Amino acid sequence: MSISVKAWYKSGSPWVWLNAGAVAICVILVVGLLSLIAVRGLGHFWPGQILVAEYSVPGQTTRIVAGEIADVEEVSANRLQSAGMPIPKSMDILERNLLKVGNRDVNGSDFAWVIDLWLENRRYPENIMALERREWGNFYGYLKTIKQDGSIVAEGDSAWPEFQKRLQRTLDIYEEIYAIEKHDIGAINSKLERLRLEQRGLELSGNDTPAKLADIKIRRQVFNAEYKILENKLGDFYVEFNRDSFIATTIGGDEIEQSIAKVVRAYQPNSMNLIDKIGFYIDKIGEFVSDDPREANTEGGVFPAIFGTVMMVILMSIIVTPFGVIAAVYLREYASQGWLTRVIRVAVNNLAGVPSIVYGVFGLGFFIYFAGSQIDQLFFQEALPAPTFGTPGLLWASITLALLTLPVVIVATEEGLSRIPSSVREGSLALGATKAETLWRVVLPMASPAMMTGLILAVARAAGEVAPLMLVGVVKLAPSLPVDANYPFLHLDQKFMHLGFHIYDVGFQSPNVEAARPLVYATALLLVVVIAVLNLSAVSIRNSLREKYKNLEV
Amino acid sequence: MYQPIIEDSPGVDYNSPALQRHKSLRFLKDHLARWGVAVGGLGVIVAILLIFIYLLYEVVPLFKSAEIQEQTTWTQQQDRSSPTLYQSMEEQAELALNVSATGTLSFTSTQTGEQKHNFSLPLPAGTRITSITEDTANASVLAAGLNNGQVIIFKHDYKITWPDDQRLITPVVSYPYGQETLDLITSNTSAELLSLSDNEDQLLITGYSSGQLYMTAFTKEEDFLTEEVTLEKSSVTLPVIAGEVKSILIDPEQHWLYVQSGSDRLSMININNINQTNLLSEIDLTTGSEKVQVMTFLLGGSSLLIGDDSGNISQWFMVRNDQNEWHLERIRDFKLENAPITQIVTEHRRKGFLAADVLGNVGVFYTTAERTLLTETLSDNSIEQLTISPRSNYLLLRDSEGSTRFFSLENEHPEVSMSALWGEVWYESYQEPEYVWQSSASNNDFEPKLSLTPLAFGTLKAAFYAMLLATPLAIAGAIYTAYFMAPGMRRKVKPVIELMEALPTVILGFLAGLWLAPLIESNLPGIFALLIFVPLGILLFAFFWDSLPGHIRHSIPEGWQAALLIPVIIISGGVAMGMNGVLETVMFGGDMRTWLTTELGIPYDQRNALVVGLAMGFAVIPTIFSIAEDSIFSVPKHLSYGSLALGATPWQTLMRVVLLTASPGIFSAVMIGMGRAVGETMIVLMATGNTPIMDANIFEGMRTLAANIAVEMPESEVGSSHYRILFLAALVLFLFTFVVNTAAEIIRHRLRKKYSSL
Repeated sequence: MSISVKAWYKSGSPWVWLNAGAVAICVILVVGLLSLIAVRGLGHFWPGQILVAEYSVPGQTTRIVAGEIADVEEVSANRLQSAGMPIPKSMDILERNLLKVGNRDVNGSDFAWVIDLWLENRRYPENIMALERREWGNFYGYLKTIKQDGSIVAEGDSAWPEFQKRLQRTLDIYEEIYAIEKHDIGAINSKLERLRLEQRGLELSGNDTPAKLADIKIRRQVFNAEYKILENKLGDFYVEFNRDSFIATTIGGDEIEQSIAKVVRAYQPNSMNLIDKIGFYIDKIGEFVSDDPREANTEGGVFPAIFGTVMMVILMSIIVTPFGVIAAVYLREYASQGWLTRVIRVAVNNLAGVPSIVYGVFGLGFFIYFAGSQIDQLFFQEALPAPTFGTPGLLWASITLALLTLPVVIVATEEGLSRIPSSVREGSLALGATKAETLWRVVLPMASPAMMTGLILAVARAAGEVAPLMLVGVVKLAPSLPVDANYPFLHLDQKFMHLGFHIYDVGFQSPNVEAARPLVYATALLLVVVIAVLNLSAVSIRNSLREKYKNLEV
Repeated sequence: MYQPIIEDSPGVDYNSPALQRHKSLRFLKDHLARWGVAVGGLGVIVAILLIFIYLLYEVVPLFKSAEIQEQTTWTQQQDRSSPTLYQSMEEQAELALNVSATGTLSFTSTQTGEQKHNFSLPLPAGTRITSITEDTANASVLAAGLNNGQVIIFKHDYKITWPDDQRLITPVVSYPYGQETLDLITSNTSAELLSLSDNEDQLLITGYSSGQLYMTAFTKEEDFLTEEVTLEKSSVTLPVIAGEVKSILIDPEQHWLYVQSGSDRLSMININNINQTNLLSEIDLTTGSEKVQVMTFLLGGSSLLIGDDSGNISQWFMVRNDQNEWHLERIRDFKLENAPITQIVTEHRRKGFLAADVLGNVGVFYTTAERTLLTETLSDNSIEQLTISPRSNYLLLRDSEGSTRFFSLENEHPEVSMSALWGEVWYESYQEPEYVWQSSASNNDFEPKLSLTPLAFGTLKAAFYAMLLATPLAIAGAIYTAYFMAPGMRRKVKPVIELMEALPTVILGFLAGLWLAPLIESNLPGIFALLIFVPLGILLFAFFWDSLPGHIRHSIPEGWQAALLIPVIIISGGVAMGMNGVLETVMFGGDMRTWLTTELGIPYDQRNALVVGLAMGFAVIPTIFSIAEDSIFSVPKHLSYGSLALGATPWQTLMRVVLLTASPGIFSAVMIGMGRAVGETMIVLMATGNTPIMDANIFEGMRTLAANIAVEMPESEVGSSHYRILFLAALVLFLFTFVVNTAAEIIRHRLRKKYSSL
């Protein structure tokens, strides 16, 4: 059947199709975005092949390049010509590769653009190794010799297994050192700081009797002695730690000698088989979620950011749930429905639409500068002029976000309350229960899935929110976690790291954005997964809740 | 008959003391719960109100007037033979310096007038001071002109020590160019007027005596080894000025010498080259018959403040026109009362000033904000001497009767006014009035320029481009989903779009800034080709599909068209992007970005409004979509069935019946989407260059109110004008979204009522 264009147009069908197109575009956008993040984020951990090739730019001497291909793009020949490259006139479009060449200490930068056309004699040598280092980024090159205290212990083919063995030993020592530096010395420092505050507190209150001061002095001496012991132990560890070194040649032929202590991970990607690669991949993901960041957050893991986000969200939930539920119960169960409740509902709905940065400004001004400095004056006078609560921190961030997500909880809980048939309440009241008993024993348990939904939505919103947090408590690098083994164990006044802010900071404020980009994608993926899971579970709880009360209405 | 059984049942006593206790406990609990919930519930509401109140509380001080409060009064008999010629206060406003005609520098307490320290200038025998002036760049360097035509330069400084935890301020007088007097007026007559300008390379002194102007330049030569400065003297010939000269000023840049003569004549002499000075122009400072009384520099020495005998004060500065010629421009006017101005005192750190007149009135003004912060009658007599402390918090005022009064002045935020925040302001060294946001800079002389207009403009620009993408896509999508889509597909599509709403904006911003912006930059023609190819592809496919024989068409159930279109859109989008290279070569000479800049003169930033529009549009789509979809879906079905039964096509039914009924809901969806776009922070922060420009160009960036707060708030000093203006920006955002959302809410409420009656 063929139709005329005119009749087709008149039927309105093209418009319907265009509308269908809009939906399709929206779906493509969402799915495309998620898969973009997923592909880039997950791809980051896969060990890439190291390409070695001769790069001969016409008119220049040929040099050997090596690295992982990080990106491929097409550029117009014009653009390259105007950048002064000797591109043949006949070409329109060229392919160029972004090569991760590593060796920042030798080359000056981690990445180099190479024109695909000029790469010759490509190969993937089995024995080329990639080293992840504590500083200066990755190293690519060939292992030559292993040294212990300056004398050669392995060379040639035996070097690689020896290197692996010694690397493992060094990493084990590193863990010991880390434990001492981070935990034991951190604990002593925190005790010393508490002593200082105690002394200052005594001075301020005029109770600084010689006896008390002497007591403090003795305790301080004890701690200092403990510190000395640890320091000696640490010194011994460091000697062991720095015992081994290795010599490697870069692809350009330079020989460099480095301590094995500088290496985090060593692998030969070109000789790895699929199973090795999968093992490596899982190992890297494990590092990503459980390790501290390295090199100004551009390498290593995001564990402190995950921890900070979770802590903040938990605190926020503890604050927001009771208040949100009480407000909803008041609106739905106690207040008489009239203009006042209507105004309040409009206000609550509105608050959900107020820009989050406004909450940040309010939090900074009211909680931190106003309430925080009052608290400092009253309770933390001995620490002044260094502010305790008068500065952005975990507590204020949680309270600010609790305020931000309050409308979400109120609206969800109210909806849940409104879905409970009044017959249920009336039944309870008719049996002689008071209103409070009805509420506590009948209504709230029935509404609990709704509260749960509200809470989950609030958590999802809070986990993704960054703008207000930038004002009230996140930092790019927190020296310690907000929870540790030192008194008072939960440090509400501390600044913390956050996944969302981590993305912003590493992606935009980092000195080496190119190198950090894959890590940002991985962090973004993590955040998206967490939020998607939270949201989908909220949706399913909501749906099952609806099903449940449908039966009651009959 | 019904018999209550309880009465007769034995053994159960409902009024036993234990049960009664239990009962009253229950009722107590009930009451407590009632009150607890009410208090808690209302408390939450109050907390919400608190946001608004607190923002307002931080903003209100911006618009407060100045306040003057008298601290002390004391009368001191003026020594008629040696009147005070000059007065100033030190930083803490504890001490005042008085320079008398005989060359005594007495430092007196500002509170009591008691003399604390005393110095004498090493004047040659038999001379006295006839005029005195401050260096136009540094108020602590003074030059005194003597009656023999010579000049002495001295400097006053203050040392602060803390003996016994008490602040002690000790004045120090020094002579940067030695204790010898310098020759200025060659006729050896008394220096009636004097002006001094001292910079790194040159010291310029100009004076006026018996009808003639004199100028001496001292070029500084620094010895490399001893770092000792030697002065090389040369006299400068100045053009002859007709009439009696009333006031002379050298600007700190040593470009201009301003000479005010006669009743309102001002001559500008170019002294850039001291070997060849020339008269630039002469102008009349007043339009009518008013006589100029006072002429002084505003802080920075670029602006002249002219006070006349009818209480007017005008600000003037040099403006360069397009031909690179300088002329003096009258910028703005202030008015004290109707009496002659006796003195204009400028603030030491801001572009504000005070003026006093013969009737004892004092006014506090601020230039760029065009604010008259206060006018008050502080004395019954003419004010002879008005001095302001460097921190602008204290005033010292002496009237013609010799009584001196000490006032505290509270004037925290004079630089902020509605006109400065939202209007065009003509700043010094600008060619014309402009909207400028520039809150901080590296150097000290800098004047913060706090116009919120570029930020508000940027906010609306970003929101506009976002809405341009989001509105059609979201509404069209909502129409299809609610009206045409098969229920099975709808159940799958809705969660996907809801998930889109939950995506953190920081991720969208990161992708926009690091992935989309470079992609768009290198594929501009392809992006624009998408706009044509995708709809075209959809229509072509639609026509092709509708022309297919029925058995193929019906194999796909009604309402699943959207699923068919997904591959079509991906392919046509791919074709469009694939054409990028060809289009760029054929139409734009290989590089569209360069072509835009050179051929059309449109500047291109990598992170621009197009990127923001796409990214923020993406963030806004789900908001608009879900509300619009709800309102279309809840249009009662019998309306559309009626229309269809009367023979209308589905499309006609949709356009004339369904959309009409749902239009308020769709409108409120757009409003709420707009509210979200306006307040969005992270996307704009990451996807634009954050430059506060006023340009609607889609290829340039912007700075929005929200992003500006995020960038500047952490560095802002608590309680400063800047801090409060950021609160104002937050308040503006709050109010804007509040109004928009409330309107949307009311519309939606009405809609709901309407449907319930249908």
